[in-house]
Amino acid sequence: MAAHTATSFTDKVLVSDEVAEFSPAIIDEMKMHVAKYPADRTRSALIPLLMLVQRERGWIDNPGVNFLAKFLSLEVTDVWETATFYSMFNLRQVGRHHIQICKTLSCRIMGEPDITEHICSKLGIHPGETTEDRKFTVTMVECLGSCGTAPMMQIGFDYHEDLTVEKVDKILTDCK
Amino acid sequence: MEIKAIGCEPLSLKRIGVKDGHTLKVYAETGGYKSLEKALSMTPEQIIQEVKDSALRGRGGAGFPTGMKWSFVPKDSPKPKYVVCNADESEPGSFKDRYLMEFDPHAVIEGMIMAGWALGSNTGYIYTRGEYKYLIDIMDVAIREAREAGILGKSVLGKQFSFELHTHTGAGAYICGEETALLSSLEGYRGHPRLKPPFPAVEGLYACPTIVNNVETFTSIPQIIEMGGIKWRDLGTEKSGGTKLWSISGHVKKPGVYELPMGYADMEKFIFEDCGGMLRDDKKLKAVIPGGSSVYIMNAGQILGKNVTMDYEGLVAAGTMLGTGGMMVMDETVDIMESTKNLTEFYKHESCGWCTPCREGTDWLVKIFDRIASGGGRPEDAQLMLDICDNIEGKSFCPLGDAAAWPIQSAIKQFPGDFKKWLSDKTSSNGVAPNL
Repeated sequence: MAAHTATSFTDKVLVSDEVAEFSPAIIDEMKMHVAKYPADRTRSALIPLLMLVQRERGWIDNPGVNFLAKFLSLEVTDVWETATFYSMFNLRQVGRHHIQICKTLSCRIMGEPDITEHICSKLGIHPGETTEDRKFTVTMVECLGSCGTAPMMQIGFDYHEDLTVEKVDKILTDCK
Repeated sequence: MEIKAIGCEPLSLKRIGVKDGHTLKVYAETGGYKSLEKALSMTPEQIIQEVKDSALRGRGGAGFPTGMKWSFVPKDSPKPKYVVCNADESEPGSFKDRYLMEFDPHAVIEGMIMAGWALGSNTGYIYTRGEYKYLIDIMDVAIREAREAGILGKSVLGKQFSFELHTHTGAGAYICGEETALLSSLEGYRGHPRLKPPFPAVEGLYACPTIVNNVETFTSIPQIIEMGGIKWRDLGTEKSGGTKLWSISGHVKKPGVYELPMGYADMEKFIFEDCGGMLRDDKKLKAVIPGGSSVYIMNAGQILGKNVTMDYEGLVAAGTMLGTGGMMVMDETVDIMESTKNLTEFYKHESCGWCTPCREGTDWLVKIFDRIASGGGRPEDAQLMLDICDNIEGKSFCPLGDAAAWPIQSAIKQFPGDFKKWLSDKTSSNGVAPNL
């Protein structure tokens, strides 16, 4: 059963002025991204920096967004405007292992429905939900460019291809 | 999965399977950066002429002649110019750029530096879809190697020419494969397409002249400079030069990435011999989507015995398009109403929401498909969907709308039986309960 009820990001925007903090090493990494673009075009670094915020905090939360607005001299709404467009940005918390199953045509005809059914029944959740222990989230996603090795899923950033039920069992067991 | 060249020497796939082919050392040992030296001894005009002579057409789907695109960049602009690599490979059925970037990242860099020299640009960005993070890491290492070797930086190969290259991550949006949406995204905004004209060649990134080309387009440039435009063109046909990577997936024994000369004959031989034929011997070929999900679907009758040549012109003659060369093969177990529903859900999800015909149209189409799949199909639904498609096609802000309409229009035309069943007796054509 899914235990976690997500907080919508708009609630957070209304209530929190908290600004996230990052270590000097992360700040340096952010500056490295900003330096790729002309000095008057630092907004270009927004998506790479949102990726970093998500990597560090697990999702795109209000303190993280407040930080980026300050860091790039943008309005908070500018950051949300961009963040809410892209499907990789988690606007709610996800489990430690974010299982993203490709549902587009080649995967669909090569066995994705069986893989999805197996994963969901094993974890006891539906697509879009997180397990009670916050270990796994299952999300159905569109084509990840792995059609020749269908069916496939991505866990975090790792590609798992040519999936079978047996292979999935091993992959899930290896998720600590 | 197979990765190999058929009917030609491997060019784009030259370093696939070569040990450490992704490193600068092996790249240079296998002829890499030789053509960059040659290019830097040529004038920009000569390079653009070679690219024009090569009849190279953009490999990202639209097939626009690359040399002509380059010639649109104004020579006398006082603004900086940019070279952008479109590595946002997101077209369902297409997965070729992945392997180019994984196994031959320096070829991407070499092609982009040449474009920089030809166009008078000193900065390039590689916009990669966010899910391909491992490829961004590979490109970052390759860029660092090239920088340390003096191939990138203030003085490229010791010449008075500076070129810097940076990776940039996307974050999950099919629309960012459209070049103007990509530029919006690269500027840190939502991936909304922009009105054309002005075309990016005149006003692109930061309103400066910008060339956006696909990964495979860039990796073709060193080949063209090395062997000469005419010679490269003659590997293929007069109007579709060179070789092309095809991604093939679905119900074949040997899916994979195949490099074929343009004009390869024919599609039937390709599927049944080169790709090993149907995955299950007792199942017949039913449908092929030859160029990625956005092109017209073909039925078996359009392929078997029809000698469909695999190039831009051959596929248009066969009633479809080459697109990105992302070929999806379906056997008789697939219900085309269900497969079309699946693709329409994709377009609904990926519609950026900017223009009404695409945003509302794809939403209504999915609602109708949902109703049909849950047993509520009405005889007039096929016409209703065609009417909606007619209100999207040619009326949306960017080609995503067309791409959503074409699969439905062609599916209803080529597979009327699959729709008719759902709209009358409500059983799937393959006899199983709807599971989509």
